[in-house]
Amino acid sequence: MSKTRIKFDELVTDLVKAKGLEFSVGRIIKEWEEEPGPTPMPDIGTFREWDHKLLTKYKPFYLPWCDLCCLCTFGKCDLSKGKRGACGLDMKAQLSRFVLLSCSIGAATHCGHARHMVEELIAKFGRDHPLDVGGENVYLEAPNIRLVTGIKPRTLADLEDVLDYCETEIVHLLSSCHTGQEGDNIDFESKVFHAGMIDHVSMEVADIAQISTYGFPKADPDAPLIEVGMGCIDKSKPVILVIGHNVPPAVEIADYMRNHGLEDSIEVCGICCTAIDLTRYSQKAKIVGPISFQLRFVRSGFADVIVVDEQCIRTDIVVEAQKVHAPLISTHYKNFQGLQDRTGDSVDDIVRDLVEGRVPGVAILDSEKAGEVAVRVATAIAPKRKKFKIVPEESAVIEEAKKCRKCYACVRVCPNTLPIPEALEEASKGNLQPLSELYESCVGCGRCEQEGICPAQIHPHTLIVGASKRRIAEEKHKMRAGRGAIQDVEIRRVGQPIVMGEIPGVVAFVGCANYPGTWKEVPIMASEFTKRRYIVCTTGCAAMSIGMYKDENGQSPYEAYPGAFEAGGLINCGSCVSNPHISGAAIKIASIFAKRKLRSNYEEIADYIHNRVGAVGVAWGAYSQKASSIASGFWRLGIPVIVGPHGSKYRRMLLGRKDDKEAWYVIDARTGKSAYAGPVPEHLFIAAETMEEAMVLIPKLCMRASDTTKGRAIKLNHYIDLHRRFFGELPDDVHLFVRTIADIPVTMKDEVMALLKEKGWEENENPNPDPTLLPRLVRAKSEG
Amino acid sequence: MAFEPWQRGEIPGPIKAVVINKPEMVPALVKKAKKPLFIVGTGALRDEFNGKFPIDYAIRIAKGGNIPVVATAQTVVEFKRRGFTPTARMSLMEIGGRLTDPEWSVSDNGAPHDLVLMLGLGPYYMEWLVGSGLKSFAPHLKTISLNRFYQPHCSWSFPNLPVEEWYKNLEKIAQGMEKK
Ligand code: SF4
Ligand code: SF4
Ligand code: SF4
Repeated sequence: MSKTRIKFDELVTDLVKAKGLEFSVGRIIKEWEEEPGPTPMPDIGTFREWDHKLLTKYKPFYLPWCDLCCLCTFGKCDLSKGKRGACGLDMKAQLSRFVLLSCSIGAATHCGHARHMVEELIAKFGRDHPLDVGGENVYLEAPNIRLVTGIKPRTLADLEDVLDYCETEIVHLLSSCHTGQEGDNIDFESKVFHAGMIDHVSMEVADIAQISTYGFPKADPDAPLIEVGMGCIDKSKPVILVIGHNVPPAVEIADYMRNHGLEDSIEVCGICCTAIDLTRYSQKAKIVGPISFQLRFVRSGFADVIVVDEQCIRTDIVVEAQKVHAPLISTHYKNFQGLQDRTGDSVDDIVRDLVEGRVPGVAILDSEKAGEVAVRVATAIAPKRKKFKIVPEESAVIEEAKKCRKCYACVRVCPNTLPIPEALEEASKGNLQPLSELYESCVGCGRCEQEGICPAQIHPHTLIVGASKRRIAEEKHKMRAGRGAIQDVEIRRVGQPIVMGEIPGVVAFVGCANYPGTWKEVPIMASEFTKRRYIVCTTGCAAMSIGMYKDENGQSPYEAYPGAFEAGGLINCGSCVSNPHISGAAIKIASIFAKRKLRSNYEEIADYIHNRVGAVGVAWGAYSQKASSIASGFWRLGIPVIVGPHGSKYRRMLLGRKDDKEAWYVIDARTGKSAYAGPVPEHLFIAAETMEEAMVLIPKLCMRASDTTKGRAIKLNHYIDLHRRFFGELPDDVHLFVRTIADIPVTMKDEVMALLKEKGWEENENPNPDPTLLPRLVRAKSEG
Repeated sequence: MAFEPWQRGEIPGPIKAVVINKPEMVPALVKKAKKPLFIVGTGALRDEFNGKFPIDYAIRIAKGGNIPVVATAQTVVEFKRRGFTPTARMSLMEIGGRLTDPEWSVSDNGAPHDLVLMLGLGPYYMEWLVGSGLKSFAPHLKTISLNRFYQPHCSWSFPNLPVEEWYKNLEKIAQGMEKK
């Protein structure tokens, strides 16, 4: 039984007369055909044992990003070198607490987003609006929700029950971070996993709600190709830019335009996930680029009106919008940006004030109204603004560059230590090429332009953009619109080859755009593994970066590879909140292919995935708290995640010790005996130093205990091949992954055999156990 | 230059690296150590100066002091191109994690390490973080950064140096290690 809220606009009874009354009553969760599993709506401690199993195998390596804790007024406490704070906390607990804080923020953000979305969609479509993410093709519509909560949601209203649960859990998680609560780092880490699990449930709520109501592609491998890149934006039209993650206001913009015949006369484009979700709604909308494109696009002056909703929006957006005289509309109470709330005012008044520049912007918390205002303001203001910009022409870039004193102050604040002074020196001589080359590795943070940094008042980021005009004009690419879920039938087709290892792995490129170098590293990696016939999934900013690339035939990876969940497919699931379709695919393999019970049976399913589904996440530019909670949702399922170098700032890794044989035993569910499975997967969370290293880690982390000899040989083939390509030699740990001679790739037999001999390798007596970490799943015992 | 982190925001805490004023200190420290280890990363392949790269000095230092080398990421390729085979290739996070185990050694059955030299461990901030991890969780170790820029979490580090001065220091350290 769960509680729900009921709202009455006006209630009149004999006893009370009230307006806008809201109260809670108990609600019976609807029963459904599947028998309930052991852990419906698990609390913060339910999976402690499972988490500890994983954390025994994958030990945290902590990387203090700051030696001090300053959370309470006892502080600051220096926790370095074994010291404890005034509250008794040590550094490991402090760092794991910080990870928990980050993941709780991430989960809360998605959950808050989902709640807001569900409320808005219920208001528009009704409580009984059915959920449909893929019709007949997707019977298992909500794998994370069913697995964790035991609820099978059928209508929008059912999602409220799910969110009630998630909100409760997030409150407990956050409260564990208070001074004088949890003190053990491993127990903190277990809570981190809980936050991740809740996060995937919350994201799933948000995405299935919007897919079901807005007519987004429904598990469609042939979702349309849409345009991405700054060069796609038609500047001759009034341009509306949307930024953020909550799509309803952008949908209203598109609807208003459609209803008023303005679809072809106004350009709507977006940055971040609102852009992705808008293109799932309207293929006329365009994507500017990932989060790192905010400053450069706003300053380019292309946008006549900027509409922001929530998450990953530059918090100086009012200032930046003002610099180019573009009015700003905030549509979310989480993000007022200091603007006056004009929700109650007439559209005419708001439009007039914005067009006449009486106010820099307004907050309008009614999506429909915000949509109308945005369109009307864009139409009226575009001729006045004349695309006013602050990005200089090339001649001005050259003049500015001459002022550089080579003090390196800008370099020392640049997250990627870009060689700005060297590029400016060349620019001062008229060669803009080196400066424009920085464009791809610049994450657009604007730190090099901070007050008081440059003694010559140069604005390096702006000059980089100014030097890149031609590059920007050519930025015209194609991306497949987010397709949402994976079909049940697709899972049926690939379940067996994945579990046996014959499809070498599922690689998910997800997360933000805080890349350590050029964004092209993401499409390069994605293309490599697609060519190798892995199943490559993607979401969010990574999905955009993959699109912003052309191969030797001038095609984007989305044009080159099919969008189906199959070997060699490149599947864009959608925005950040579409990530649960990826974890959901792993869950569905256990449920649909292996027929494991799904409903509230998390531990068993996670055990299945960890030991059998060769999936790995790559968040090459992860920056946010949401990215950390998304990763932790994969960790609890036992799925490894690789991050780029900046990901080391998440403060801890989860590393296996392949040299510790004892750590890699599983239970053979057939006999109940323990069996050595080798270090698969070797790590649960690791930051790679370079793209090349990540590309060697990916095939390695796709190996699983369940691989058949054929499957293992295929996986080893990719691992050895990439290791040789990038590291010039055979990996020196191959012997740990070869269980029997049949595991060795045929073409590599001689050299691998030589290495095995050198390492004193012995054949594994039980190379193909039925692997589990859960004694209760041993069949011999239960049968006996 | 002042003893401050190269990336301005990377302020550590109260305990900071002792600055290497005289490069001769480094061979002396290495010679005193029982089981030194040298980790060299892809940063050693950047900052060319007069046709040399930091990795060239890494090889001389390692050979001179007979120090086992762990190469991270693809650094191994450049070592081999120069005719030098590192003791092991590991990822930076892996070797960092391993070193928090006071029993672990890169060579089988070897004594655990008591001193770690670092050069070019990825981008500046990655070496910074690994240094920090070792400072707090590998109390059995001392660490020396041979990076061009100050690494405050190591036991010893150069201050931020102009490239030519850095190379002079690397040369002096190599010579010191090569002296029998
Ligand atoms: S929470 Fe604990 S460690 Fe942090 S400042 Fe307060 S007393 Fe110190
Ligand atoms: S805006 Fe670009 S160049 Fe400037 S500090 Fe940020 S990443 Fe570096
Ligand atoms: S801070 Fe200014 S003067 Fe100094 S190197 Fe950078 S651009 Fe040149």
